[in-house]
Amino acid sequence: MIKIENIHKWYGDFHVLQGISEHINSGEVVVICGPSGSGKSTFIRCINRLEDIQQGKIIVEGKDINSPETDINQLRAEVGMVFQQFNLYPHITVLKNITLAPMKAKKIPKKEAEKIAYELLERVGIHEQAHKYPAELSGGQQQRVAIARGLAMRPKVMLFDEPTSALDPEMINEVLNVMKDLAREGITMIVVTHEMGFAREVADRIFFMDYGKILEGGTPEHFFKNPQHERTKLFLKEIL
Amino acid sequence: MHWEVVQKNMVYFLLGSYPHGPLGGLGLSVLLALGGIFLAFWIGILFGLMRLSKRWYVRFPSIIYIEIIRGTPLLLLIFWFYFLVPVIFKKPMPEIRTTLIAFSVFTGAYVAEIVRAGIQSIPKGQMEAARGTGLNYRQAMAYVIMPQALRNMIPSFVNQFVSLTKDTSLAYIIGVQELTRTATQVNNRTMNAPAEIFFTIAVIYFIICFGLTQTSRYLEKRLSYKTSGRMRQRDIVELKDNSEAS
Ligand SMILES: Nc1ncnc2c1ncn2[C@@H]1O[C@H](COP(=O)(O)OP(=O)(O)OP(=O)(O)O)[C@@H](O)[C@H]1O
Ligand SMILES: [Mg+2]
Repeated sequence: MIKIENIHKWYGDFHVLQGISEHINSGEVVVICGPSGSGKSTFIRCINRLEDIQQGKIIVEGKDINSPETDINQLRAEVGMVFQQFNLYPHITVLKNITLAPMKAKKIPKKEAEKIAYELLERVGIHEQAHKYPAELSGGQQQRVAIARGLAMRPKVMLFDEPTSALDPEMINEVLNVMKDLAREGITMIVVTHEMGFAREVADRIFFMDYGKILEGGTPEHFFKNPQHERTKLFLKEIL
Repeated sequence: MHWEVVQKNMVYFLLGSYPHGPLGGLGLSVLLALGGIFLAFWIGILFGLMRLSKRWYVRFPSIIYIEIIRGTPLLLLIFWFYFLVPVIFKKPMPEIRTTLIAFSVFTGAYVAEIVRAGIQSIPKGQMEAARGTGLNYRQAMAYVIMPQALRNMIPSFVNQFVSLTKDTSLAYIIGVQELTRTATQVNNRTMNAPAEIFFTIAVIYFIICFGLTQTSRYLEKRLSYKTSGRMRQRDIVELKDNSEAS
């Protein structure tokens, strides 16, 4: 479903992504970890074209996302994204945060969009907060709203960029639990995180990134028990 | 002191010869300021957005406009329109319209900069989140960025309005019957109370501008209440504390 063919990206002279090739299948849950600055965020932001690549190809559902013929807005509707900093819209209520894109981009009628939003809020466990503003919620609740907002467009893939790193420790689990539910429901997920417990439990594959490359990838079992690369071993020793 | 001069001419200061003749005095000043800021608002939004465009041929005209105007005194701009428009179009334009155009073009450049700063003050993540859900650039601007930016712009925008209100006195120079001109006329006629007359005019300008600034403070507060219920609660607690203390 997602084919990544030898992509390269530069920020000026700086070679951030140095040739990444991967296939990710429908329904797969992929966790990406690696040291700070290794290009994890940059990589997943390329998948919904928040960043452009200079070489290589990214094919999502058979569409080359960097081709001028691809309708980028339609593509982004199919690839939801959750950010470290939540990025909820502070000036509108939780409900409107969720219904905005379905109503404006997909032209779904208000009633229907709200029905979907309530269902999603129920699913992430905060339907009673629908009429509050983002600033009135805790960090964990805000991130769950952000997940609901991403899901409202019925995406085929969800990208998560360190969704729990900005949270107080006691709120991390409420967000991870929502993500685990999603993983079990079979949505394709690419998750940048250092929550190795989460990776062990739900990931189909774990990628280790360093210096703009995916150094190795494999099932959690393989990854934790039998890392091949020195750098992976070092990283695991530090983080576990 | 001859305060009776002020008293006798108060209606003239406020309304000019209205309703028997054209509106003038404070009424005209306020009307010019309101008209000017209204047009400047739309000019400012347009050029502020153009200023942020990725395409150079959209951005460039906006930069030229903003920089030229910011380097030109308003009085000179009024002269330009007053003396040049008749030359170009071969017929004179009414003074009031001339000043209104000069005011809008002048203030529009400053509002454009306010709009640009307002948009740039919104965290990058807002645009990314909006685009990330499939909204196009225009929709993201209209529903996510602008509503927040406009709110942040209120204080600077009101400042600009206050400046413009005071600057309407420059219309004096080409014979528009605004507040300052009515004052000068009365002074030239009576000759015995310049201090009283110009003191009164100063007070009138002050009241209007002070009122505007206060309204802006109030608006800023009220709008921020709406975005954050936490703040609302905290303010209620503070209010209680204050009333208990006093
Ligand atoms: N817009 C940019 N311009 C220039 N350099 C950038 C930009 N964004 C990121 N970089 C650089 O690219 C490198 C990779 O950044 P990226 O954010 O992808 O790392 P990361 O693996 O997500 O790190 P972290 O764990 O800290 O989030 C970093 O060295 C960063 O400084
Ligand atoms: Mg990152």
